[in-house]
Amino acid sequence: MSAPTSTGSRLDRVLERLKLILGDKLLSVVTDKKIVKLSVAPEALVEAAATLKEMGFDHVKGVTGVDLIALKQSERAIELIYHAGSYLDNELAPYIVNLSTKLPRDNPVAPSLVKIWPSADYHERETYEMLGVIFEGHPNLKRLLLPEWWSDIPPLRKDYKPPGRE
Amino acid sequence: MGSLKKIQMTEAEGEEREELYVYDTGEGLVFSYGPQHPGTGHFRLIVRVLGDTVLDVEPDPGFVHRGEEKMCESKTWITNIPHLERPAILDSAGILYPYVLAVEKLMGAEPPARAKYLRALMAELNRIGSHFYYFALYGVFLGLPTPFLWSFGDREFIVDLVQFIGGQRITHSYFVPGGVRNDAPSKVPPRLVQHFRAWYTEATGKRPSESELTDDFRKYVLHVTDFIDSRLDYYWDLMLDNTIFISRTRGVGRLTPEEAASLGAVGVTIRASGIRRDVRVDEPYDAYADVKFDVPVFTEGDGYARAVVAFREMKESLKIIRQLIEGMPDGPFKLKQHPINIRVPAGEAFARSEAAHGEMAYYVRSDGSDKPYRVRILAPSFRNLIVIPYTGRGKRIADIPVIYWSNNYWPVEWDR
Repeated sequence: MSAPTSTGSRLDRVLERLKLILGDKLLSVVTDKKIVKLSVAPEALVEAAATLKEMGFDHVKGVTGVDLIALKQSERAIELIYHAGSYLDNELAPYIVNLSTKLPRDNPVAPSLVKIWPSADYHERETYEMLGVIFEGHPNLKRLLLPEWWSDIPPLRKDYKPPGRE
Repeated sequence: MGSLKKIQMTEAEGEEREELYVYDTGEGLVFSYGPQHPGTGHFRLIVRVLGDTVLDVEPDPGFVHRGEEKMCESKTWITNIPHLERPAILDSAGILYPYVLAVEKLMGAEPPARAKYLRALMAELNRIGSHFYYFALYGVFLGLPTPFLWSFGDREFIVDLVQFIGGQRITHSYFVPGGVRNDAPSKVPPRLVQHFRAWYTEATGKRPSESELTDDFRKYVLHVTDFIDSRLDYYWDLMLDNTIFISRTRGVGRLTPEEAASLGAVGVTIRASGIRRDVRVDEPYDAYADVKFDVPVFTEGDGYARAVVAFREMKESLKIIRQLIEGMPDGPFKLKQHPINIRVPAGEAFARSEAAHGEMAYYVRSDGSDKPYRVRILAPSFRNLIVIPYTGRGKRIADIPVIYWSNNYWPVEWDR
């Protein structure tokens, strides 16, 4: 990489580079204090993650799936969020990047980011069993916490009603 | 691991042909480490060995999975607090902390100064209690039961303090959005002080006068920190300076800084691998901006370094508690008494804190109602889980307990 041309902080340079690489596949950038929320198109997820990793976000703190159906009926989607952070870069360490994308609820398929972030391994497995998101290219995509005999719909989807609750 | 395989039997004259299926595990022997409480909590490691060498070790969590995240969606913002601290009862303040911070972010609420100090005080007391647990079971895992008895004896004085402040020994539901549930007391029971006096003299060699060690809460807490400080030196001699302990843990489960960072490890694991990361310093929350302390870091990255980091962290926590007690401001301890069904403005929030086991984070989302739309619990033990298969390969069977426990795991916490 050539010498940085921007006078802004490290984080600004990361965001500039992301805008440059992803173009209009980077849907939105919202910065709220130490949290940066990036929304990307599903096909740009791998590129965005690789860029973040290259710029210093070396691990993920977790992977969250949110079933949006009860929030907005028209949006039949599952939001997938990677919470990325940095250990080795002192300037980026206080920041958390929430890299999010929306997957169709009927066929939620996302590329696995384990090759980029090995720390996402078990988190992706948990999102797979709890929300039914299929991670393509995951080395060992099988159940983690749920019992092997579980045959109901993924339990963190909004249409799953826990027995005895409702 | 493995697949079902049919074995061809040689047929004896006149006998009925039998079909035999075995579970083919490939090279080596596969056995199950757990799940019936192999030390702490129910979990299982599927271990493949060849002789005494571990070829592969795979964690199999989920035996105590209770669906906390789903449960959060059917309870209100306030009634979620008691069950969210259950996954790690030994550190119930630490595991709940970021939930309260995240809800406050959504509400735009800022707790009063005294609440911030009380919260930090509670979190540090819980950290010491949790690290006592760590030493207790580290000893048991290695066949050294004395630290178990010592730790639980000394932890009682910490648990007593937690009880005076929060009303319960372990699961106190002390933190609420906008402050803490109740104020710290000004006095402790005089009978307890009398009981403590003898222990204090035995550990420190000092005889406090009647005016130095009274039933005044602040004075009592300061004396307890002195007492724990002196007691920790005994632990150093018993465990950390013990040749057998050192030979069992040194070089076991080693992680370089790059490996620890790429695996996203937390807590004592990264700090023993040379990464100086502690949320209390990186992104100070509540009263941590006002206190001074060191973040102990070692570069060996093995089971021994992790134990020493935990030991030094306890000393640092004692330093923090003294500063919090001396600098504790007066004033209200919460913004207002919330009704049990408060409505939280719609939006999303991410908050993190440093729990005893490592970095603890919550992602919460609200649709504006009295119940959360989604609560994601990012527990430190879960993030450290990946360290077991990574560091276990090529080690010996007797190293598995060290690899497992040195990372400060808690099975109920990763299962949630």
